[in-house]
Amino acid sequence: MDDQLRNEEQTGTSRRSFLKQTSLMTALALAPETVLKAAEKELDEKIAAVIETMPLNVVINGVKQSVRIEPRVTLLDLLRERLQLTGTKKGCDHGQCGACTVHIDGERVNACLTLALTTEGREVTTIEGLADGDNLHPMQEAFLEHDGFQCGYCTPGQIMSAICCIREGHAGTPDEVREYMSGNICRCGAYSNIVDAIMDVKQGGKKI
Amino acid sequence: MKQFSYVRVTSPDAAIAAVSKDKSATFLAGGTNLVDLMKSGVTGPERLVDINRLPLTKIEETKTGLRIGALVKNTTVAEHPLIIKHFPLLSLALKAGASPQLRNMATVGGNMMQRTRCHYFYDTAMPCNKRAPGSGCGAIGGFNRMHAIFGASDKCIAVHPSDMCVALTALDAVVTVKGPKGERKIPFGDFHRLPGDTPEVDNTLQRGELITAVDIPFNEVAGYAHYLKVRDRASYAFALVSVGAALSLKDNNIADVRLAMGGVAHKPWRLKEAEAFLKGKKATIENFQEAARIVMAPAKSQGSNEFKLTLAPNTIVEALKLAAANGNI
Repeated sequence: MDDQLRNEEQTGTSRRSFLKQTSLMTALALAPETVLKAAEKELDEKIAAVIETMPLNVVINGVKQSVRIEPRVTLLDLLRERLQLTGTKKGCDHGQCGACTVHIDGERVNACLTLALTTEGREVTTIEGLADGDNLHPMQEAFLEHDGFQCGYCTPGQIMSAICCIREGHAGTPDEVREYMSGNICRCGAYSNIVDAIMDVKQGGKKI
Repeated sequence: MKQFSYVRVTSPDAAIAAVSKDKSATFLAGGTNLVDLMKSGVTGPERLVDINRLPLTKIEETKTGLRIGALVKNTTVAEHPLIIKHFPLLSLALKAGASPQLRNMATVGGNMMQRTRCHYFYDTAMPCNKRAPGSGCGAIGGFNRMHAIFGASDKCIAVHPSDMCVALTALDAVVTVKGPKGERKIPFGDFHRLPGDTPEVDNTLQRGELITAVDIPFNEVAGYAHYLKVRDRASYAFALVSVGAALSLKDNNIADVRLAMGGVAHKPWRLKEAEAFLKGKKATIENFQEAARIVMAPAKSQGSNEFKLTLAPNTIVEALKLAAANGNI
């Protein structure tokens, strides 16, 4: 219960109540709809700044990040817009394409459907966290070797997903790889080369 | 996305209290459906109560079956040795659903709570009685090839997309929920509901009630199980029609059988009449076809989904054939 009370405080419920009572809000409630519409976006942002940001502590690619964010910020937007980790891509933003695939505590997830606050205390790995200096991760090497991409937009998600596909033990056969990579769409159609790259890494037997 | 406040709770009681007292609050588990609906403007809770840290993450063997905590991830259930041993149908169904990434996020309780839905539900420019009660149904007389052939109403013809729930209804699972008035148990078949005049209500949960666990009683049908999902592409798509079939055979006689379908109704569709017909019969194609005929008697096409009237019985027969031939994985 203590935890809950603490969280109640963090959400700034009292600030929200206060805001609702301000004269600004009263004035807005009486304003004509057209004026409101025009002001909506800016207003939204201003309220966002006042109402609630919450603290988040999360380890990203081995670096501890402490930020304050709105509850509606997704992990994907936190990475791209706040931390400038733009390697993780926004494709559909609805969990359908897999371009935003990252690892949370070693498991692949869609960052676009993950509210950033839910990652408190977790470890996130993105495509930027794979290489060791100039030494690429074996899966990155394999994608280069096998031409596992054309435009490259889905590639970070493909690579993050591919690593887990092997770690999970789902890369026994090309068919199994196809099934377990089905959450990553490639519009260029580099699928066959992606499967080759994954099978190559799997057969290489390197720890990934 | 509409703004909302966020609270992270660490006990079921705190979670229940937080949602009971606030009509605009809702639980957040894996978020794979809820966050998506919020982004699309289909739903807009003012407060999210994050239940992901609650201690509901175990799979345990009880005297009578297995108990799965509501927050066990779909992947964990699908890969768990006890589940694979006792309820292979559940494992197969889960693996047929969504993508590996989504299954890593989605929980058992959350899978049950995903909305029964269709494209009109998602498209806020279109009428939808489920999203906006009284606004009409865009799918009736519209594009409805994905839609229901059983149990639809003149208010809603959407289908429940879960694969997991098809298996759980076939396996006679029981849902434990806890709410402000205490704990109660809901047979899985009574958890989801048909649309009737209130399609905005997908299930029989009361405000503030939290799913805590799902119990599956041991049975004799683990040996012969198959989940057959027919969809527009080979993987990662909702079912047009899916069939979960599990049976036990003694000298080619069907001693026990469980059958349920997905993609055909507002809720997972258990086929009890067909089960009753098959019990004690020989496992033959003719009997499977007769079972399918029994199932299809009340089926009704909406127009574009006419093909389901042929696809559904064929899928039932094929699933039973594969199950009987030990199509177990």
